Amino acid sequence: MSQSALSISGVDKFYGPIDRGVHAVQNLTMEIARGEIVALLGSSGCGKTSTLRMIAGFEEVSRGTISVAGRKVHTLPPVKRNVAMAFEGYSLYPPLTVRENMAFALKAARLPKSQVDAKVASIAKLLEIEDILERYPSSISGGQQQRASLGRALIREADLHLLDEPMGQLEPQLRAVLRGRIKHFIKERGLTAILVTHDQTEANALADRIAVMEGGVLQQFDTPDMLKQRPANLFTGTFVGEPPMNVFEAYVGTAADKINLRLPDGLSLDYDKDAFSGSVRDELLKRQRVVIGIRPYAVRRSKDGVPATVSANQWLGDQTHIAADFAGGSLVLVEHDRTRLELGAPINISIDPKNLHVFDQSSGMAISHGMELA
Amino acid sequence: MEHTSLLERILRGIALTLVVIFFMFPIVWILMMSFQTNETILRIPPQLVFKPTLANYTALITGKLTTAAGTLDIAFMRNLWNSVFLSVTSVAVALLLGVPAAYAFARHKFRGSEDIAFTLLSFRFAPALLVLLPLTLYFQKLGLANTYIGLIWVYQLICLPLILWIVRGYFEDIPADIEYAYRIAGHSWFATFRKIALPLAGPGIAAAGLLAFIFAWNNFVFALVLASADKQPVTVGALAFITSSGIQYGQISAAIVLSITPTLALALYAQRYLVEGLSLGAVKG
Repeated sequence: MSQSALSISGVDKFYGPIDRGVHAVQNLTMEIARGEIVALLGSSGCGKTSTLRMIAGFEEVSRGTISVAGRKVHTLPPVKRNVAMAFEGYSLYPPLTVRENMAFALKAARLPKSQVDAKVASIAKLLEIEDILERYPSSISGGQQQRASLGRALIREADLHLLDEPMGQLEPQLRAVLRGRIKHFIKERGLTAILVTHDQTEANALADRIAVMEGGVLQQFDTPDMLKQRPANLFTGTFVGEPPMNVFEAYVGTAADKINLRLPDGLSLDYDKDAFSGSVRDELLKRQRVVIGIRPYAVRRSKDGVPATVSANQWLGDQTHIAADFAGGSLVLVEHDRTRLELGAPINISIDPKNLHVFDQSSGMAISHGMELA
Repeated sequence: MEHTSLLERILRGIALTLVVIFFMFPIVWILMMSFQTNETILRIPPQLVFKPTLANYTALITGKLTTAAGTLDIAFMRNLWNSVFLSVTSVAVALLLGVPAAYAFARHKFRGSEDIAFTLLSFRFAPALLVLLPLTLYFQKLGLANTYIGLIWVYQLICLPLILWIVRGYFEDIPADIEYAYRIAGHSWFATFRKIALPLAGPGIAAAGLLAFIFAWNNFVFALVLASADKQPVTVGALAFITSSGIQYGQISAAIVLSITPTLALALYAQRYLVEGLSLGAVKG
């Protein structure tokens, strides 16, 4: 890893008195390398925005340290941290035009006017806001304000760029185009960016690594692929991926040379003992109860599978989402052909042990992914 | 455009006229009295047509009050100046102290901040007369009685809470992120206060200042007790027209006209701000 752009070490955030107030961020430790794009992903109230604001200096750090580019910054005022930020609520200065808003920080840094103009022009082109540069924030749309606010952050040469829900207000087409351009822009200049989002498509598209947060705790910090293939626990397993992973509680049993994963409603997934790798089999047999997870696109229909009943069937233009009543719960499977199935039709499900994620029943921690231990 | 019938419009016109007459009548009557002599004023029945005279105004401006018993010196112009000086200085001091305080209360929730803010507001609940006796004793001990500084200090009881609470509401209406955006772009906390918070709260500050000015100008009791003749504002100075040889209605009216002119002009000029300041800033929770 190259030089660390951001290092968060043992950070706690309490709203209210330390150890007694609301524990919004719990013992957070993260290293982000220079030039990396990282997404903080989680539902609202998971602590991602608190984390971003602590990095920016708008919230005090209750415990722990934050370093930006090797400098300890968590006690410095925002002005001394050399970070740029795009705000979720845009926060443009009402009395200034879009151009002035964007040029603002550059002027504060005493850049010559010709350079300022050139930078504003290039960022405006990137974000397609050239035509509104002379307008005031109150006279442009939410999406335009958001792009102006994003431009105001990207235009700076800071050690760290913090982007809070940077594209939430944009139209889908524009969003897809801009994601690509912004990623290219950040990479080309070697900037380090942290974006906060609850949209996993955005996180996947932009970020090199994603930090999944829930309840103030960092659940997993990994590449988008690894998050999907090797979720560290039940939360990331079900949170990351669309449609979400199917999960069922199962009792582990053995009969002759078979391993049975017994599901509710008297159903059972039966596998040859040899179908699992030795290490996974050993871990499975140590336990009585586990939680099994299977991605919707890994569920297959086959004649000799376990019975289920179709409860919904949606053709999305490029794939079919089928929901089925299965083992006392609901199971979703994705097929790439247009599948025509009547509601209430019986189907049979089979699950390849290579695609099976197994989690500990009490702690929710991953035990195995396919043939490998977690 | 809303649709209203002719009848509705006529009725509305009549109602408005009645209200205007009701509220404006005293002022119009005083204006008329100010151009009359005591004799014409006291004639029964009162007359709407009279020969106007400027004698009342000349008496006020020259400071010579001619009564049946002889000529009296009155310090009306001095009083008017005192009013201007006291009100302007009090509001200036209150703005200087109150605006930063309002910002602190709006942006920083510290231990007891609500209590302190409320205590400051409660100054306005206390009946002035209750405060006055101990205040007079203190002021005599401290040598502040009958000084401009003492009066301006006491006037803070009127101006400061008003400005604090109205301006605080305006600061709270500014999204904190706008200030954060400015700070993270390389500006100090103080620069942010000056360049972002102050201009955005400008209309509110203007409204609060105007309102405080009007309240200070109209104050009577504090000045009556704490100031002697040469420091008195017009509100107290008007008492001088009640002379041993009778009440000088003409001069009183002229004095009233002169003394309400500045506040009236201000209020008319800044009407919009005043209404906004009163309805938006303070009411919003």
